[in-house]
Amino acid sequence: MEQLYQQLILDHAKHPAHRGAQEAYDVEVHHVNPTCGDEVTLRVRLDAGESGAPVIGELTWTGQGCSISQASASVMSQAVSGQPVETALALSADFRELMDSRGVLPEKFADDALADGLEDAVAFVGVARYPARIKCALLGWAAMKDAVAQAAATSGQEDRR
Amino acid sequence: MTDTLDRTQDGPTPGGTLGAAELAAVRADFPLLQRTVRDGRPLVYLDSAATSQKPEVVLDAEQDFYAQRNAAVHRGAHQLAEEATEAFETARTQVASFVGVPDDELVWTPNATAGLNLVAYAMSNATLGRGGAAAQRFALRPGDEIVVTEAEHHANLVPWQELAARTGATLRWLGVEDDGRIRLDDLDTVVGERTRVLAFSHASNVTGAVAPVNRFVARAREVGALTVLDACQSVPHLPVDLPALGVDFAAFSGHKMLGPTGVGALYGRRELLEAMPPVTTGGSMVEVVTMAETTYAPPPRRFEAGTQMVSQAVGMGAAATYLAELGMPAVAAHETHLAGLLLDAVASVPGVRLIGPAENRDRLATVSFVVDGVHAHDVGQVLDDAGVAVRVGHHCAQPLHRRFGVAATARASAAVYTTDEEIAVFREALAGVRTFFGLGD
Repeated sequence: MEQLYQQLILDHAKHPAHRGAQEAYDVEVHHVNPTCGDEVTLRVRLDAGESGAPVIGELTWTGQGCSISQASASVMSQAVSGQPVETALALSADFRELMDSRGVLPEKFADDALADGLEDAVAFVGVARYPARIKCALLGWAAMKDAVAQAAATSGQEDRR
Repeated sequence: MTDTLDRTQDGPTPGGTLGAAELAAVRADFPLLQRTVRDGRPLVYLDSAATSQKPEVVLDAEQDFYAQRNAAVHRGAHQLAEEATEAFETARTQVASFVGVPDDELVWTPNATAGLNLVAYAMSNATLGRGGAAAQRFALRPGDEIVVTEAEHHANLVPWQELAARTGATLRWLGVEDDGRIRLDDLDTVVGERTRVLAFSHASNVTGAVAPVNRFVARAREVGALTVLDACQSVPHLPVDLPALGVDFAAFSGHKMLGPTGVGALYGRRELLEAMPPVTTGGSMVEVVTMAETTYAPPPRRFEAGTQMVSQAVGMGAAATYLAELGMPAVAAHETHLAGLLLDAVASVPGVRLIGPAENRDRLATVSFVVDGVHAHDVGQVLDDAGVAVRVGHHCAQPLHRRFGVAATARASAAVYTTDEEIAVFREALAGVRTFFGLGD
């Protein structure tokens, strides 16, 4: 159980990062885990990056749920804030892979650059040993992915206009 | 089945509970209870309100059906068909007699949810004119009211929401008191002349509170409303005599009463089942079929279209027999004792709040609670680490959780095979939850 509740996860659950509801945002999404009632409401604003590609300018969230879901949303928000949308979505895919790992860190995560990108999210590998909890860990990431995709689609339309 | 017969010889005196030897014999009947979980810890299974474990007689009954008797029932002229049909119908007798009703008032359903939906959709069909004049007693119109309670499992709420939406009837509900019991003060105002259906659970799957069925039935009769009882939680744990309760319909499932999944039963008073139009149509439920139209078989077969879950029904029959041989008064007395231990355990740990009646009267050994500062999922995980299996979440009763201002609870629920020692393990594990998360003593 200590592998599941690593200190880092407990710390994030107690002191979550980017928790709040920013004033300026492009999209707000509300995601729930219907099996346990956990929920996350997440706001995101995309800015134009230096290369012109959109970056996550600001991301905040509120929610209620178990320590895994809340800590994961916190870790996610740290990992993706300020990142290009493309990078955030790639991190999300990496995190998904981590959750599908059954608790054995996939080889690719030995790569420091990748582990650095995911930051504290690598600590969630223990969650993958508990199939019932994987959805908890994915909740915040799913909300981010959805919000960013919607925001990118909207800004894309604006660009065309 | 001989082991259960042996047990009755040194069994309880009438009105007594299960003795230690008897309880040990019961536990020996459940293979799964012998296993360990999470690195060798003995399993403490406190999730029987979600689904019960199965005694060997149930496993054997299903196995025996497939190994010796498997054939299509109610058709075929061969010996196997006769034996399969007999096994299927014997099971119906076993389950029907377990709840005090004649065979022809018991309809097999895939589960209790399907039984409740069957009644709701039959009413819907009657509203559309199906079933002719006799079925008009089930028809709903705008202005009619369906009453449920705030304590319902979604299975006894959503079908009525949908029925109201399809027919234009209005859905109303009785609230819940702070102790989890249904607010009876409102019974006479909420259930009135416009009420056509009063649907409620015999015992809550969250609070464990047992409803005063007689009060509900008396009021429903005064206003001419049909009563529909969700008996899922009561039938496995209490002596239940449905005609004595006086309800019009009742649904319960096999898997919560030591039987298999995939089978449940719907009781309906004969005159109601006879007047009710079918819901699922097709093979086995007909009399005469022409290309243009069909006449239907009498109940219960009118409501049993298609190939039935025969082996599961046989298993459910074996489960009913097993419980009947133990004696439901003794089962209930044992579980009342366990309820007291569970309530004590929850009350003994600082920072733990009970959701449901604290008084050990008219309640099941189903005890839900919240731990201050720790989400139910995390509570469940720490208990699981001690081998203790509890349910966490909203238990398919979101409105009831909203009523108590919580998104989720943890629930410990016992059954006939639960022991004092198991509840002691639960108590100790529960005492460690807040400590694990670094919260106060």
